[in-house]
Amino acid sequence: MKSTTFNARKINQLLSSMSFAVSMLVFLGIASIIGTILKQNEPYENYIIKFGQFWFGYFEKIGLYDVYHSIWFLTILLFLVISTTLCISKNTPAILKDFLVFKDSLEEKSLLSFSHHLVIKNKKNVNVSKILNYLKQVKFKIKEKSKENGDILIVAKKGNYQRLGYILTHVGVVVICLGGLLDGNLTFKAQELLGYKKIETLDIPASKVPEVSRLSSDNTSFRANMTLVEGGSDNVAFVRMKDGYLVQDLPFKITLKDFRINHYSTGMPKSFESDLVISDPEFPQSIEKTISVNHPFTYKGIAIYQSDFQDGGTKLDIKLRSLFNSNAPQKIGGQIFEKVKLDKDQITYEFNDFRKFNILHLKEGEKEKPRNVGPSVTYKIRNNSGQAREYLSYQYAMEIDGRSFFITGMRETPQEEFKYLKVPADKKGSIDDFMLFKEALQNEALISAVAKKIANQSMNADKNDTVKESFENSVNKLMTLFAQGGFSSVSENLDRNIPPSEKEKAAQTYLKIIDIASVELYRNRFNFLGKELDQGRIKFIQDSLNAYSDMFFFGSPYYFELTNYEQKEASGLQLTKSPGQFWVYLGSLSLVLGIFSMIYLHERKFWLLIKAKGGVILALSSNRKNIDFESDYKKLTNDIRKIIQ
Amino acid sequence: MLTKLFKSSKTTSQTFNVLYLIFLLGGALHALKTFHSYMDIYEKVILFGSVGFFSWLGWSWSHFKKITILVFIISLFSIQLYKGVLINNEQVFLLKYLIASQPAIMWMNVFFVLSLLLYWIGLLTKNNFLDDIASSFTSVATLFGFIGLLVRWYESYLIGLDVGHIPISNLYEVFILFCLITSLLYLFYEEKLNTKKLGAFVLIIINAAVGFILWYTFDRQADGVQPLVPALQSYWMKIHVPANFIGYGSFSLAAMVSVAYLLSGKKILTSYLPKPAVLDDLIYKSIAIGFIFFTIATILGAIWAAEAWGGYWSWDPKETWALIVWLNYAAWLHYRIVKGLRGSILAWWALIGLIITTFAFLGVNMFLSGLHSYGEL
Repeated sequence: MKSTTFNARKINQLLSSMSFAVSMLVFLGIASIIGTILKQNEPYENYIIKFGQFWFGYFEKIGLYDVYHSIWFLTILLFLVISTTLCISKNTPAILKDFLVFKDSLEEKSLLSFSHHLVIKNKKNVNVSKILNYLKQVKFKIKEKSKENGDILIVAKKGNYQRLGYILTHVGVVVICLGGLLDGNLTFKAQELLGYKKIETLDIPASKVPEVSRLSSDNTSFRANMTLVEGGSDNVAFVRMKDGYLVQDLPFKITLKDFRINHYSTGMPKSFESDLVISDPEFPQSIEKTISVNHPFTYKGIAIYQSDFQDGGTKLDIKLRSLFNSNAPQKIGGQIFEKVKLDKDQITYEFNDFRKFNILHLKEGEKEKPRNVGPSVTYKIRNNSGQAREYLSYQYAMEIDGRSFFITGMRETPQEEFKYLKVPADKKGSIDDFMLFKEALQNEALISAVAKKIANQSMNADKNDTVKESFENSVNKLMTLFAQGGFSSVSENLDRNIPPSEKEKAAQTYLKIIDIASVELYRNRFNFLGKELDQGRIKFIQDSLNAYSDMFFFGSPYYFELTNYEQKEASGLQLTKSPGQFWVYLGSLSLVLGIFSMIYLHERKFWLLIKAKGGVILALSSNRKNIDFESDYKKLTNDIRKIIQ
Repeated sequence: MLTKLFKSSKTTSQTFNVLYLIFLLGGALHALKTFHSYMDIYEKVILFGSVGFFSWLGWSWSHFKKITILVFIISLFSIQLYKGVLINNEQVFLLKYLIASQPAIMWMNVFFVLSLLLYWIGLLTKNNFLDDIASSFTSVATLFGFIGLLVRWYESYLIGLDVGHIPISNLYEVFILFCLITSLLYLFYEEKLNTKKLGAFVLIIINAAVGFILWYTFDRQADGVQPLVPALQSYWMKIHVPANFIGYGSFSLAAMVSVAYLLSGKKILTSYLPKPAVLDDLIYKSIAIGFIFFTIATILGAIWAAEAWGGYWSWDPKETWALIVWLNYAAWLHYRIVKGLRGSILAWWALIGLIITTFAFLGVNMFLSGLHSYGEL
């Protein structure tokens, strides 16, 4: 029995020691770093990709994906709270006593034992009231006591709120932590552990989510999200958790009347605003309120914030242009979050996002301002085996290096950066010319005609027909090769047929022939026969060849052209109920006041003993002896000496 | 005779204090009268709150009073020269070369660089005269910096009424703020401790920031005024950001004095520097100031976050690193105050503290992504 109390005291001593408290601070700091390095609360697939299936499981167990709500992190916090509380309870009685009491029982001997004391010998008839006045003037609180032997002891102190600062700061920290815990998800954690609640991981409508994954509307604290399409309304929100979610029932219904984004003249967003209607079954009158970023609305203790926005199912008109044959363009209608299956091609278009404004910085590093390049659509093309590529198409051509291009991004996994297909726009700002040129490249008859013409032009008349014919054949073969696979199939052919030593020279010749043939093809197709082409057209041909070549890596049989859209937006709201907020703010106030008084109030205790037999003893003490203390001591002793003499 | 002179100088300084208050109040009232329809109640409170704060600073430190008055007068003069037309900053001679926003900031840079050089020469040659010049150059740099920021504030409204905002919203602007606050803190202690020997160290970190400003201006061309994203459109920015930078500035000052302390302890420059006890005390005081303001800034940030993002604490990387900085200095202060620890350990710790602070200030923006992605490098 005795040994347990001894141990308890030892543990108490350890927990309430400052070293323990400080190591908790350091521990908390280091633990916090982890969560900033690893992005928290991402979808679990991202972590699986990052760590692999093997490590993913272990890391999940130790709560690495939500460090700040993991058991071990909360345990550190708990220890910090316990240790701080013990510190407070250990030190408070002494501090309060010191605050209230004047230490007037000190004898001459103890004054002499102070590190800062001064003895003025043989001084009689000291003017006590003058000293008292002086002490009052320098803001001391004073108590005067006459002793039995006729000695007079003046006890003075100031800055003793400094010690209260200790209590204020530490109580502040504890209150903040407890307030934070109040807003944390501890209750849910306990319920989950006991099996009363379960995280829903299936993507099902909110109304179908079973009771076990629902939080009732009298839940005391939550932070939930809700997305409303314009015109839509709902009375549930979602709390994202781990790899799933919970449904939070609300005591009222929210309807989104309108969502607006205002823009600066540069195209940057200036404000996000949602017009909400809140219908409370308890009141017949509904409330209309507009919220925006930095201007939330609180109703029944639930604060409603504008948190983000997304597409609400914009309708799209799309023209699909065949890249690898000359079929006529195909018109389809789509909608964001919907799918369109093309049976003939065994592919499915999945439309994911539409953006009306895209602010891009096209010329990097230069002083040109970012600007709006117009609407874009993000979509996936999924093949029959389920594999998908992601695409990002802009509606309008963008100016890059003085030329106009239609830009489409493509990537195979979300981790990759987009690779861009740049298709040159024609003078009308359309893609038509490129498509015509592309068809010309794929037109065998036209290629043969061009090959023949080039052979005739470049060979002198005296060359015999077989040489000419073989050259014509080569041109024809080369262009067909290019038409079938772009520059990469040409270079594969080089690798196969030409010895390495001659490769470079051959490659140059090939490129030159492709250039000449393409220019001739262009003349042929666009009625410039026998005419010189201007620089703009030459550039267009080169850009077209590059785009054509890149098409083979594009992974889609169609070029996606957005022709029209009907935008529908959705507003992302965040709803929070946070009963701990008041306590956190109160704790913060206490903390700030405490730090102020601890650092800027200088505690001074001063004793002055006037002996009946003659002679004066002064002593000054403080709980912190630093340079300021030294200079205070000097000033005080000098001043008192002057008064006495 | 001497006491009489002393007394009369005391009354002049009191008159000066009153005039200073009238000057500030007059400015604030004029601003209120002219712009009250554009201000919400919080902005009005901040306006008069800053009158209080600036008077208090000016009353407790006379040099600050002079700088403030000059800054306001010259800035108002500069604004007059604009005549409400932005392009005048390239057409009016005085504006173009001296007191338009960008030139003023350039002059700030120039004077900070010169001060650094002079402080070092003054330190190594024990030449007090050079120290005096260096010190006044630092004041001049600060003067130019504040003029630059105030005029930039005005310029931002010339770009567009909806674009205008206080110039503490991106990295370029807050780096200027950092230079100014650090140098003010330094100048205060220079006067109080009556030694100009530490300028050589403090100006190093200020010049590092100057280097950044120049790189940002010339290499990245990121010195332009950008409109505010919706999350930043709040009166909270006016108090959260400056409070934070008083914190950063003080921590930097402490770290630079720590360098001096450590060198002095290693018998390098010892005879050139103030006594170690003075340095030690200064390290403590600036960390203490920094700690208070950093605490306030973090709390204000939390209140703002509650309003803008829906929660006072979201464990966003910037928030978390602010907490780490706070915990670090809290531990530092515990050891210093409660344990009475002194000496080189604390100085090293203050230096490490600067590294942590720098990471919280810059590293988070560079390496980690989160809600605070306003100043991306």
